[in-house]
Amino acid sequence: MGRIKTIARRSFLIGSVAIAGGVAFGAYLVKRDPDNPLSADAAEGDAVFNPWVKINADGITLVTPHTDLGQGAASMQAMLIAEELDVELDQITTTPGKPAAAYYNTALASEAVPFRSNDDGFAAQAMRNTMGAVMKVLGAQVTGGSTSVPDSFDKLRQAGAVARETLKAAAAQETGLDAGQLGTERGAVILPDGTRIDYTALAARAAQIDPVSDVTLRDPSQWRLIGKPLQRLDIVAKSTGTQTYGIDLEVDGMVHASVRMNPRKGAPMLGYDATAAEGMRGVKQIVALPYGVAVIADNTWRAFRALEEIEIDWAQAPYPSEQADHWAAVEASFTPERLDKEWRNDGDVEAALEKGDIVKAEYRAPYVAHQPLEPLSALVTVTPERVDILASHQLPRFVHQRIAARLEMDDGQIHLHNQYAGGSFGHRLEFDNIDVAVDVAREVPGTPVKLTFRREEDFAQDYNRQIGMARGRGAHAGGRVTAVDLDIATVSASRSQSKRLGAPVPGPDTQIAAGAWNMRYAVPDLRVRAYAVPELAPTSSWRSVGASTAGFFAESFLDELIHAAGADPMAERLRLANDPDARAVLEAVAEMSNWGSPLGPKQGRGVALVTSFGVPVAEVVEVTDTDDGIKIDHVWVAAEVGRVVDPVTFENVVAGGVIWGLGHAMNSEITYSDGRAEQDNYHLSEGMRLHQCPVIEVRGLENNSTVRGIGEPPVPPAAPALANAIFAATGVRLREMPFHKSVTFV
Amino acid sequence: MKLNVNGSPHDVDVEDDMPLLWVLRDELGIKGVKYGCGIAQCGACTVHVDGVAVRSCQLAAGDVDGDITTIEGLGTPDALHAVQAAWIEHQVAQCGYCQSGQIMQAASLLDLNATPTDDQIDQAMSGNLCRCGTYPRIRAAVKTAATKLQGA
Repeated sequence: MGRIKTIARRSFLIGSVAIAGGVAFGAYLVKRDPDNPLSADAAEGDAVFNPWVKINADGITLVTPHTDLGQGAASMQAMLIAEELDVELDQITTTPGKPAAAYYNTALASEAVPFRSNDDGFAAQAMRNTMGAVMKVLGAQVTGGSTSVPDSFDKLRQAGAVARETLKAAAAQETGLDAGQLGTERGAVILPDGTRIDYTALAARAAQIDPVSDVTLRDPSQWRLIGKPLQRLDIVAKSTGTQTYGIDLEVDGMVHASVRMNPRKGAPMLGYDATAAEGMRGVKQIVALPYGVAVIADNTWRAFRALEEIEIDWAQAPYPSEQADHWAAVEASFTPERLDKEWRNDGDVEAALEKGDIVKAEYRAPYVAHQPLEPLSALVTVTPERVDILASHQLPRFVHQRIAARLEMDDGQIHLHNQYAGGSFGHRLEFDNIDVAVDVAREVPGTPVKLTFRREEDFAQDYNRQIGMARGRGAHAGGRVTAVDLDIATVSASRSQSKRLGAPVPGPDTQIAAGAWNMRYAVPDLRVRAYAVPELAPTSSWRSVGASTAGFFAESFLDELIHAAGADPMAERLRLANDPDARAVLEAVAEMSNWGSPLGPKQGRGVALVTSFGVPVAEVVEVTDTDDGIKIDHVWVAAEVGRVVDPVTFENVVAGGVIWGLGHAMNSEITYSDGRAEQDNYHLSEGMRLHQCPVIEVRGLENNSTVRGIGEPPVPPAAPALANAIFAATGVRLREMPFHKSVTFV
Repeated sequence: MKLNVNGSPHDVDVEDDMPLLWVLRDELGIKGVKYGCGIAQCGACTVHVDGVAVRSCQLAAGDVDGDITTIEGLGTPDALHAVQAAWIEHQVAQCGYCQSGQIMQAASLLDLNATPTDDQIDQAMSGNLCRCGTYPRIRAAVKTAATKLQGA
């Protein structure tokens, strides 16, 4: 078992799960369900039907193990359980629960394999099944990869139905009636004569019987909650300042702390002089660490201020100090030795490029920071017996394993209490805040330490989005695009990330060309190759991961070819689309935007279609070239997700994804000088502000039978759709992000 | 040092140059006001001094010369301010971390200008960063709040 877990762990990679061939698991291990984590803590009278539902005389608790990063995961999970449990959202409390193997993610496998998401062939399905087994054996509780909805959709409705039927069985025992005669509604079993027995009154008896296992999920026509406009569980708290985030937590005896780590990320500290900080008001202790210095104080600001007074000698960066050398490394990576994988090769692109009208272009995408608005923090107490960590994290069980290894303790002695996050966008897949808080807290055993990063530290220590370039060659003839050859070279964020997880991965990185190689177009001669740039500055998953760069490259270059061919960007994409879902989202945005209707002399429309995380998303952007610069007037977006579970949050998250994609493409990059990120706060990396925000119209399509997540897929088409619109309006082709280097925005 | 916060007097022993933000959060335990950037670039720390929006990360405690109102003093879940009610009606928040500051900024705007134009809303609200991108709903909620306040 231990060895199998080790193999599984080594073969596993967040964001780009790849697997070495031939990993086999014993059928017993794969079939065996993990223990119900609620059972261990169940008190007398607690009915714990499964890992998601606990009912006792005091109330109904639903466990929502996917971390709520702002994407509405807690509400969505509660809604799915409540739908089948027959409780209303005002009758329940939710908790993220304790991290547990039972909450392994069943949905990560679909994006993790090197097959197109709409490939249902034997090899693709077999690999997805294998990956699913890896997730289960690992107990990989993961929030990421836009998987919260697909992971939860069947599982949590099932959990609700099992609890409901078990409560009916308990009521049948109590009343002597047949369970088939009983109904359920609003947290109660309803007897044939209309008498209500509350679930809370049935819990003690339900706890004594085995959960009913044979349940049938309801037909969508019967749904009360799914697909309906409901109020988010957290909306009142988040509108009144009463939502508690990790950074707000206080416990008795707590001290505050902050840290300065080597801004040349990953390099150690050579020496320091804290004399000036030692006597400062409120400073309790100065803690030297291998990678920097922390200050423990009685107030966050006093810790910040003392840190500024410490002189520190930093070691040199383990990567090139200057930005130009990062670009040079990318430029030098379009070589056979760096070829990571040839992902697609339809037709004969070399032969095609011998004839027809050839177009060539080169694109660039910079490092970009995550920087959610809540700075990283963690509240940690270390004692010889146990470690309590209060923070928000997307990989809760990895936190347990990592900190156990760091402190040479057992996984079972580490307790992460997951929190609502003030945003993440991939930032909370990393561990620096928790590592540092643990390192500081172990210096003061028994004292709770809340460590807060200054914003400048958060920027300096961010693991940015991959830097990369693309080189395209293509041909057109007779007004049609006939050949596309796209070479993409980026650093591998997936490998950088997996190295830190202690799980280096064999095989290609599925993310370098994600959003490009899987384009749902039938170009007769089409080749997409991914090149892996050797690691430079460390990078990580940034909302939509590889598709945020490769989608920009692919849809910008296709647009250049379409214009060169003299075709209409929408009509030619529709002609090339080889998949009904892709065609449907294009048709939707064409209709929504009234594509083809007359525009003013300085206006332009652009369109892009990118599929990521299994979701094809089309966006049309409309801009005006005003005297003050480019103004984005309007965006229309359509996404095929199979099922819109929570329409209110869906619209909000899709619009937010568009804004994320546009704002960073326009305004944001991270560059290195002297080994440090040059941008240290929002004035130098701000994404989009409200005055730049266009009107955004969103449509979710439900044609496909597979239910997908929406956190990331709206991001990739935004940048190319904007660049294509600016070209249509001005004739200026933007081939490098951020666009504000080339054009002015209002 | 004496501070009047949400209608209650407080006596705090802090340095004159401690930003009001940290007096509120770490000395008085008022956590609705948020730390985002520390340099007045994000607006998460917005509170009112005598009804006017200020960035509490840039206001030294010793320079406070009026009554302070934080989001907790603007309204509560049981007694919502019109701006908060509009924020709930439009379900503006995603992560919600910026929203205390957004709401305090909007309340101040509407106090000074009961019928702001679209441009005036954009101008007044553009100092408040929202990384989740809830701007379309913020615009809509400000307009709804303006209507609510006018009817009140």
